[in-house]
Amino acid sequence: MKIVIMGCGRVGAQLATLLDEDGHKVTVLDIDAYGFRKLPPTFGGTALLGNGIDAEALKKAGIEEADIFVAMTQGDNRNVMAAQMAQHIFKVPRVICRIYDPLRQELYATLGLETFSPTTIFAQMVREKIES
Amino acid sequence: MYIVIIGGGRVGYYLARALLNEGHEILIVEKNAHYCDILNEEMGSVCVQGDGCEAATLAEVGTSRANMLVAVTGDDEDNLVSCQVAKHKFNVPRTIARIRNPQNEALFKELGVDVTVSATNIILEAIEKEVPTHPLTHLLMRSDKGVELVEVRITSDAKTIGKTLKDISLPRGTRLALVIPRDRRPRVPAPATVLREGDQIIAMTSPDLEEELRTALTGI
Repeated sequence: MKIVIMGCGRVGAQLATLLDEDGHKVTVLDIDAYGFRKLPPTFGGTALLGNGIDAEALKKAGIEEADIFVAMTQGDNRNVMAAQMAQHIFKVPRVICRIYDPLRQELYATLGLETFSPTTIFAQMVREKIES
Repeated sequence: MYIVIIGGGRVGYYLARALLNEGHEILIVEKNAHYCDILNEEMGSVCVQGDGCEAATLAEVGTSRANMLVAVTGDDEDNLVSCQVAKHKFNVPRTIARIRNPQNEALFKELGVDVTVSATNIILEAIEKEVPTHPLTHLLMRSDKGVELVEVRITSDAKTIGKTLKDISLPRGTRLALVIPRDRRPRVPAPATVLREGDQIIAMTSPDLEEELRTALTGI
């Protein structure tokens, strides 16, 4: 599948690496080339410098042919905006959006975005570890 | 009216002052504590420190009874989220967002922001009107509908001077509405209409076709 990942931080880079190993066609987009150092030398996808909330940059990243778009930057609002662009303008079949703030995550889930909040997930995981 | 303003920078500051003078009740939400202090010192208790994208902050400032929310931070994505949270969580009737990237206008409208204001577009329109040789001026833009009204000028260097409209092939989806010659009465374009220097042509087109339209009408 063709997958565009916005944000090449720890999670974004790791996800890009894993999906690339699985044989997907991966493009990872970041506003800072520094993040691309986290990609292994074996990475066979594309690393592209660009702002994910700019339609032109998203087009360059191949969003028009993408099957999946994943928003993984540090900024909740940037993720929300890019994800909505992918969903509403570029009609990407599947859009996944990370939102740290649990309240914002709930709101955008009700607005029809596929969202997840690492905050909620990690807190639950740690609680389970403690209580088990 | 009760108006919530997100962002206490220069735009938020002057906006708040103007709205207070007009007798409106306003409240500013600003992240930076230092800016908040300055605003509160000068205008009384008008500013609450917090993140205007967070539902908790918006609840604290009574957004559910606001008639309007105006998001004027420097970041388009923050303004979008503030407006969406206001609209969907607090049912604010009117939301206005400042945008930096003019391309965001259509997206924001589709996502439920009622009005967008782009300084970039306003300056561009002013330039188009001020520069008489500028071949294309936007008269009306409805990017949510994908249509716009433009004015194309036949300047002295146009390669189409003397040609009739039937010789010109316009991009599909474009309609000519009016030809305004320099020294005669405006008329509805007909296939036999001849283009002359100084003509102003009013046309209906779409943002992605305007360049093609300009080239078709002027040959440059």
